Amino acid sequence: MILAFERPAIDWHAVAPEIVLLSVGVLITLLDILFLEKARPYMAALSGLGILATAIPLLTLGIDGTERVLFDGAYVVDNFSLVLKAIFLLAGYVVILLSTNYIVDGDYWESEYYGLLLASLMGMIMMASSRDLISIFVALELLSIPAYLMVAWRKRDPKSNEAGLKYYLMGVFASAVMLYGMSLLFGVSGTTVLSEIADSIEAGNGSSSVMTLGIVFVIAGFAFKVSAVPFHTWAPDVYEGAPTPVTAFLSVASKAAGFVALLALIFVGFYELSNIWEPLIWILAALSMTVGNLVALRQTNVVRLMAYSGVAQTGFMIAPLAVAGHSLTTGDQALSAIITYLAIYAAMNLGAFAVIITLARRTGSAEIDSFAGAFHFAPGLTVAMTIFLFSLAGIPPLGGWFAKFEVFRVLATSGEAWGYLLAVVAAINSVIALFYYANIARKMWAEEPSENDLKNVEITPSLVSALAICVLVTLLFGIFPQLVARFTEVSLLAFAT
Amino acid sequence: MDNLLDSWGLTVATFSPLVGALVMFLIPKEKEYEHKIIALVTSLWVAFVGFMLLIWFDLDATEKLQYVVDKSWIDAIHSRYVVGLDGISLPLLLLTVLIVPLCIVYSWNHFPDPKNPKTFLILILVLETGMIGTFVAQDMVLFFVFFEVVLLPMFFMIAVWGGPNRKYASLKFFLYTLFGSALMLVSFLSLFFLTGAESFVFSEIADNVVAHTVSRTAQLWIFGGMFLGFGIKVPMFPFHTWLPDAHTEAPTVGSVILAAVLLKLGTYGFVRIAIPLLPDAAVEWAPWIGLLAVIGIIYGAFCCLAQTDMKRLIAFSSVAHMGFVMLGISTLTDFGINAAIMGMVAHGLITGMLFFLAGSMKERYHTLEIKRLGGLLVQAPKMGWILGFCAMASLGLPGLAGFWGEFPAILSAYNPANGLPVETFRTFMVIAALGTVLAAGYLLWLLQRSAFGTPKEEFAEDPNIYDTTKTEWIAWAPLLALILAIGIYPNLVFRATDAAVDASLTPCLTIDADKSTHEEIESAHCSEVYGLSDHGPDDHTASKG
Repeated sequence: MILAFERPAIDWHAVAPEIVLLSVGVLITLLDILFLEKARPYMAALSGLGILATAIPLLTLGIDGTERVLFDGAYVVDNFSLVLKAIFLLAGYVVILLSTNYIVDGDYWESEYYGLLLASLMGMIMMASSRDLISIFVALELLSIPAYLMVAWRKRDPKSNEAGLKYYLMGVFASAVMLYGMSLLFGVSGTTVLSEIADSIEAGNGSSSVMTLGIVFVIAGFAFKVSAVPFHTWAPDVYEGAPTPVTAFLSVASKAAGFVALLALIFVGFYELSNIWEPLIWILAALSMTVGNLVALRQTNVVRLMAYSGVAQTGFMIAPLAVAGHSLTTGDQALSAIITYLAIYAAMNLGAFAVIITLARRTGSAEIDSFAGAFHFAPGLTVAMTIFLFSLAGIPPLGGWFAKFEVFRVLATSGEAWGYLLAVVAAINSVIALFYYANIARKMWAEEPSENDLKNVEITPSLVSALAICVLVTLLFGIFPQLVARFTEVSLLAFAT
Repeated sequence: MDNLLDSWGLTVATFSPLVGALVMFLIPKEKEYEHKIIALVTSLWVAFVGFMLLIWFDLDATEKLQYVVDKSWIDAIHSRYVVGLDGISLPLLLLTVLIVPLCIVYSWNHFPDPKNPKTFLILILVLETGMIGTFVAQDMVLFFVFFEVVLLPMFFMIAVWGGPNRKYASLKFFLYTLFGSALMLVSFLSLFFLTGAESFVFSEIADNVVAHTVSRTAQLWIFGGMFLGFGIKVPMFPFHTWLPDAHTEAPTVGSVILAAVLLKLGTYGFVRIAIPLLPDAAVEWAPWIGLLAVIGIIYGAFCCLAQTDMKRLIAFSSVAHMGFVMLGISTLTDFGINAAIMGMVAHGLITGMLFFLAGSMKERYHTLEIKRLGGLLVQAPKMGWILGFCAMASLGLPGLAGFWGEFPAILSAYNPANGLPVETFRTFMVIAALGTVLAAGYLLWLLQRSAFGTPKEEFAEDPNIYDTTKTEWIAWAPLLALILAIGIYPNLVFRATDAAVDASLTPCLTIDADKSTHEEIESAHCSEVYGLSDHGPDDHTASKG
């Protein structure tokens, strides 16, 4: 008897964004093969348009609003995934704006660069919908492998090569750990679909120590991806060595993708076992905040500083998860808080990197000292950077305050002593963080420029648009947080119950 | 007009400065004159709106929030845009809208280095939005946002336009206050959740605290968080160390705004939020607050005596004066808190004025080292007299505003609210009274060393030491007039605050156990902390007989 392959029913509307993005990626690769050099100048614009085109089906899906479950629950398009896809696309678009001149100036391989960027973005978009161990893993690899290459994009620079290699080795190691954890989960529950794993846990498989081990391994694997302490050691070197637009991409989009997977796993898969993951997350959060901030205090290179501050921000983002198992309401709030944080963080962090890229073009260095007196030669950029830095520090009325506020809110909601303790740790850490953020701002405003020539910084149109988007989003989200809050009020827990 | 003011008055007052700042942002910085005009017109417009708010304010119902606007803001977290004005906020709002235009006038021709009037004035206007917003916000989250908005402009004002040690001072100021406000935010949030309130609006939280008994321990912790947040801002001993640095390094106008308004945000927080919302915890904390307040009074005074720099001396005198304010607040009585608000206003006017003077003297002498000054009355008699006037006001001479802040605050400690240890507070009263003697000491000594005598040799022939200029007169005259007016007729302030303060306190604090009937005490539902339970019916008849 021959088993004929039967194609599962596909909701084409649901996967339309993926298809559009994939087509653009393929198109770019084809154009590169066909036209070689001639196509290069158009690649950036083309991939930007491709991302915008991807947003159209996303929008129609959002307006439609129905939840679509594909492939027996392995791939789901719901509000949660739509919001995150939108964040990924916007972040990807800004990264392309940031890359445009950087890649041209460095005489790097443009066509391939954008092709890889889109491929990585594709992985993230898929990640947002994955609700199955295998699709999560495939999405993760799809987003990571192009990133390994992009990190090493500055071929002639040994630092970039080192960064690429480091990122690759660490990434693969993390994948291996995670894959092992996944195999354990599959072994106990006999399924890869997250909601079925949840059922199996409810049926009594949750108490097995193998399950516990599996969960710990999977969380550890993603802790690498989101650079939480103690799995953060790759981040500073990689961030410093990589081309700065790629760093921006990693620090925002790639981190967000790790978070998405973590959220899906915890909320859809292991929600019942909060006694296992809550303490784990608590420790990760407290450590990430504290270690990240303390080490950031000692940095002299702004990119390394952003790397450590990113580690600390990860701690803030992950913190709501530490009390998410308290009740279903708290769980939902924690989810919204994390997505809100991701959205606001994307805008402010990309903005900060946009300023760094622009200023580094003039000064040729990313040392903090080279930014001294920026107010004299680049007042506009200084104001923008100030907005981003203080937003990262969480000072109202800039976007970051609402992100931090949401974290505090969730930690306080639980009413548990552990929640309050973490809130106090977070409060102290926001003060430490302010120290180094304010320090950069102070240098830019108050010090005299080290060089004598006060020629203005050349800002390209694409950087201006990137900055404008980021400033606008940061300010609007800060003054009217409802703008972001109404989109991030999503739930994953319908699956868990 | 009335309707327009009712629905838009406070919002316009709060955000007009921001609009002005935005307009200035779009104008190139070379057009300095235009910038000055826009800033001045904006701040005058805000002052005008503030004045209209005063005129239409119903002074017979100051305990009621007026000009209330209640609009949805962040539905996701149940925070609303609620603003309103009552007798407690009114004097502070007016103080703010008065000080800002005066500061702009004062800096008209002497912007501190590195000049750049555009940015400087934009920062002042943003600061004004934050300050007004804090005083009118009636929602915890909104309050928090405005409370923090104030930080950034002040940070830059000190960091960019400040003195030689500005980097250290600005960062210290920022970190200290942020530390307090971060814990304050945690307190706000936990209060919100523990009460199960529907929104962050003050009145709603207060109702819910009464209805749902939040556990005693939780209340104490929450009050502790707020205490840190507000106490650092006040600043109370031992969190005061940022203040002398910030004041000394800040440009003149920065010091003035810092002294006149920013410090009031902390004390206002106590009066508006901490005490009305958590009266039980306030009773437990009050003796400690009172203790820190009197330590601040004495410590501040001794520090003043040891200072060699005039600006630093005035800064430490702020620590002492805010100590009186906090002592008044810590009695938790109607009388004490009224005195505290009076103290805030008086301190704002007087110390603001003293910082103006210090700035002007610095401009003439290029130093504020007290031992190099002297003979101001000879070289610039009018300015010398103004300095004398302000020093007298500051030390609490009856007939000037300072008196009405200090004297009732001390007096109120004689008879603190129910549940507070009477002996302790009477001790505080005595110590605080000694503090006034020290205050007279350091202020008169300052006056003697800087204004009396003959000019020092190095400045004797200096043509740079001229008398008060016209811009200075414009900037100072309103403050001087108000110091005198409030001193003669303190009811200007008390009329607004009295009913509002009374309404903000729970009856348990103010009820007179000896004169009220048992039923009255019962119906107030006071918990044990107020010490009213011993007054049984027999007791009561006995006291009557």
